[in-house]
Amino acid sequence: MPSYRKLLQQVRAEISELDAERARELIDGGEPVVVDVREQDEWDEGHIPGAVHIPRGHLESRIERAAPDPSRRVLLYCSAGNRSAFAAKTLEEMGYEDVASLAGGFTDWKRNGYPVELQSGLDAPRRARYSRHLLIPEVGEQGQLKLLESKVLLIGAGGLGSPASLYLAAAGVGRLGIVDADVVDESERILADGWDVIVDGADNFPTRYLVNDASIWHDIPVVHGSIYRFEGQVTVFKPGVGPCYRCLFPTPPPPELAPSCAEGGVLGVLPGVIGSLQANEALKLALGIGEPLIGRLLLFDALSAEFNEVKLRRDPDCPVCGEHPTITEYIDYVQFCAGTREPA
Amino acid sequence: MTRVRIPPTLREQTGGQRELVAEGDTVRDLLDDLMSRFPALEDQLPFANVYLEGEDVRTLDGLDTEVNPGSTVILLPAMAGG
Ligand SMILES: [Zn+2]
Repeated sequence: MPSYRKLLQQVRAEISELDAERARELIDGGEPVVVDVREQDEWDEGHIPGAVHIPRGHLESRIERAAPDPSRRVLLYCSAGNRSAFAAKTLEEMGYEDVASLAGGFTDWKRNGYPVELQSGLDAPRRARYSRHLLIPEVGEQGQLKLLESKVLLIGAGGLGSPASLYLAAAGVGRLGIVDADVVDESERILADGWDVIVDGADNFPTRYLVNDASIWHDIPVVHGSIYRFEGQVTVFKPGVGPCYRCLFPTPPPPELAPSCAEGGVLGVLPGVIGSLQANEALKLALGIGEPLIGRLLLFDALSAEFNEVKLRRDPDCPVCGEHPTITEYIDYVQFCAGTREPA
Repeated sequence: MTRVRIPPTLREQTGGQRELVAEGDTVRDLLDDLMSRFPALEDQLPFANVYLEGEDVRTLDGLDTEVNPGSTVILLPAMAGG
């Protein structure tokens, strides 16, 4: 008898096996962690819904991430039930207390007509291009697919928009819109286009207030960045969750008191720092991971190389995002920002 | 005494200084002290947000917010630059 057969027989005698019917009952009950130990191409062709994919060669190193609790039941499967039998044995040796292998594997599962998840997984070139992302547990294949489907609109193609778009494109954001110059005229059409995130790197107040109002009406989070000389600010305005730009600055300063970078200058590297931070926030929002800068304004001072943070709160009386909004449609933003009105 | 961080948009009015020390028991006193020494700030300060230990004083007692000695104040005007 070949030694492989002998070993397989021996292992199968030592582990517990479940047939497809019993496995399905357990899975429907939501109880076990289901692990698919097959290779990538097999997984891509379909797998049990809700399963985690850990190829057998990576089992020992990756199982703890998928199943941190060794007392929780783990159900392993491969295509016919042989590789998963060996995998079950390994997990028992690692201290997992309740491990089972699906007898007959995925082949039997399918033969029973049980549900199969087919996803448009990453093809080989994309897998290679985004390999560094795929290695990060918080991103992985699911996260990368999310990024590839995400839509990010950049306002301003200048200092902030350039580095932000570079890193967003490299991260695989599926659709990048870039609007420069006069957004005011076409904003309604552009913003209604179903964006997941707006990255605001505009260079003037009218556009900033316009983007803010539109983002609230369309319920799109805005990653705000602004720069001047040696200092930058970054925050995230998420409608319904945190404050908006008007909560922070209800009234724009009169133009003569608020010089632009074109008038007052900016250190060349600063947009690189702040634009990259904006890209970072946009990616977190698109992936739904981490703690975005919602309700927190991050200040960067290039001269002292210091970051400071201040808290931002929602203003219940905000004219746009407050409890009783008084501005509910586009206003004349140029006029609004040119006014020499008194501060609120 | 209280350390007040001066943002880049206000530094021309403060002789280029990035941080000033001001005296006063309330935010209003601190700002008055600064404006008496740097009168050019008068136009700008009404448009700047004031943060005491990272909290917007509008969410505290506004200009009447009491300031403990040794605390840090950040002035923050809006910047549009991108
Ligand atoms: Zn608001």
